[in-house]
Amino acid sequence: MRKALAALLLVSLFVFPFFSEMFVLLFATEILIFSIFALSFNLLFGCTGLLSFGHAAFFGIGGYTAVLLAYHTHMGFIPILLLSAVAAFFSACIIGFFCVRRDEIYFAMLTLGFGMMVFTVVHQWRSLTGGSDGLSGFSLPELSLLFAKVSISPPKTFYFLTLFFFLATLLFLKRLLDSPFGLIIRSIRENPERSAFIGVNVSFYRWVSFVIAGTLAGVAGVLFVFYDRMASPSMVHWTMSARPVLMSILGGARSFLGPVIGAVVFYILEYIVTQFTENWMIFLGCILVPIVIFFPDGILGSLEKWIAKRRGRK
Amino acid sequence: MLNVKEIHSYYGESHVIQGLSLRVDRGEIVCLLGRNGAGKSTTMKSIMGIVVPREGSVLFKGKDVTKLPLHKKARMGIAYVPEDRRVFSELTVEENLEVAYHAVRREGKWDLKSVFEAFPVLKKLRNRKAGNLSGGEQQILVIARALITNPELILLDEPCEGLAPVIVEELEKIIKELKGGVTILLAEQNTRFALSVSDRGYVIEKGRVVFSGSSQELTSNEEVQKRYLAV
Repeated sequence: MRKALAALLLVSLFVFPFFSEMFVLLFATEILIFSIFALSFNLLFGCTGLLSFGHAAFFGIGGYTAVLLAYHTHMGFIPILLLSAVAAFFSACIIGFFCVRRDEIYFAMLTLGFGMMVFTVVHQWRSLTGGSDGLSGFSLPELSLLFAKVSISPPKTFYFLTLFFFLATLLFLKRLLDSPFGLIIRSIRENPERSAFIGVNVSFYRWVSFVIAGTLAGVAGVLFVFYDRMASPSMVHWTMSARPVLMSILGGARSFLGPVIGAVVFYILEYIVTQFTENWMIFLGCILVPIVIFFPDGILGSLEKWIAKRRGRK
Repeated sequence: MLNVKEIHSYYGESHVIQGLSLRVDRGEIVCLLGRNGAGKSTTMKSIMGIVVPREGSVLFKGKDVTKLPLHKKARMGIAYVPEDRRVFSELTVEENLEVAYHAVRREGKWDLKSVFEAFPVLKKLRNRKAGNLSGGEQQILVIARALITNPELILLDEPCEGLAPVIVEELEKIIKELKGGVTILLAEQNTRFALSVSDRGYVIEKGRVVFSGSSQELTSNEEVQKRYLAV
């Protein structure tokens, strides 16, 4: 049943672009990009037990690096992606090194602080980043596939490119969480002190988790700037850091696919509500509050529990 | 194997451990007796480094480990089983064991297979979330989780606390079976239980050792029992 459902979803992800309107295709691409971003955040939050309020820093560092490289060089898509991921990787190494020394609210405040620093740099360094205008008007890099060079400009091509990275992220995270590393970070989430008793170097594992999450967020940022055709400071603003937090809680931080469901619901709600009013955040709040109070496991998490309960009864 | 020399430990300003010394040799089971508040748990925590002694030293296999971080001590072969016996409640029984096995990576006699052989009850519950086990089952899991790291020394803090008498008997059997294979330092309020499984014992009062001797001596010494151990 589960497998059939997953297969059906997967097939429809591959097939629907050939029948859908342009708008839906773009909409789906953006959801997939934010799903990667939210999944990377949830490696820290749902799996390691660390709530980051500065995850957009890496989303932005990945994105800005990509745009700068596209602006100033003639590199292809893959080298740009790799170099941008490396930039996100190194910034996560440095920022993470300091943040993992504390947990809970102190960790959250440290990440918020670093996030604001990154925002200020991006916002003020006009000569490099374009300041509040951001960077646009660059030509999109080409994607070299074996012998052919493909333009990533057609929405359908870009959708499939994004879908590829989305599926690769899922596969990678699934394997990571099933490995001993995954077990260890989950034990840290459960109880960091007890993990240290059994020999876990808690801050080291937190650091590794932070760096993986930051690097993946950088990849999402690269996809986003080429999707949006620009890099703007809103990418590194703290409200951008709040998005994966909301998506994870909405969908269910303890469920593997929770952040994805959260991203889908977030975007669909935003789309519907903004047709009636500008103040969609009020509606989001009205939905979020009952979810947190009555369904702390999120949409997917609650659904999974409900199914498990019904199965248990049979 | 373990040599604790004149340690002084504090909780904030209160001087809880006041110059305590003890030693445990390889293969021994040694118990730490005393009333509630005598300083048994703090002694254990001082050895593990959860409370770092302000003076004195803790030697493990001849090396000074007083200020070593927790996880390094675990990797050297000291397993600590705290009194509140918290398992990783969201992980399954098997995952609880695996995580300890992978975290320490000390090869030896104990692995998932041999632990399940020694504790069939855990094998039966392997896919159950640890948080759903009974108190006794959790205590067995916590001991098994310590064993699977193939430690040279186990610090067992109040394993009987809050357990039904039947489970205490079970625990007694388990510890007796382990005898000789591992070295154990056991802090316990249940004097009868502690003396029945251990070779030697220390009696502590107000953070100092007030008596030490073999388990037989301790069992027969009514004076000590009355003065320091009677509830």
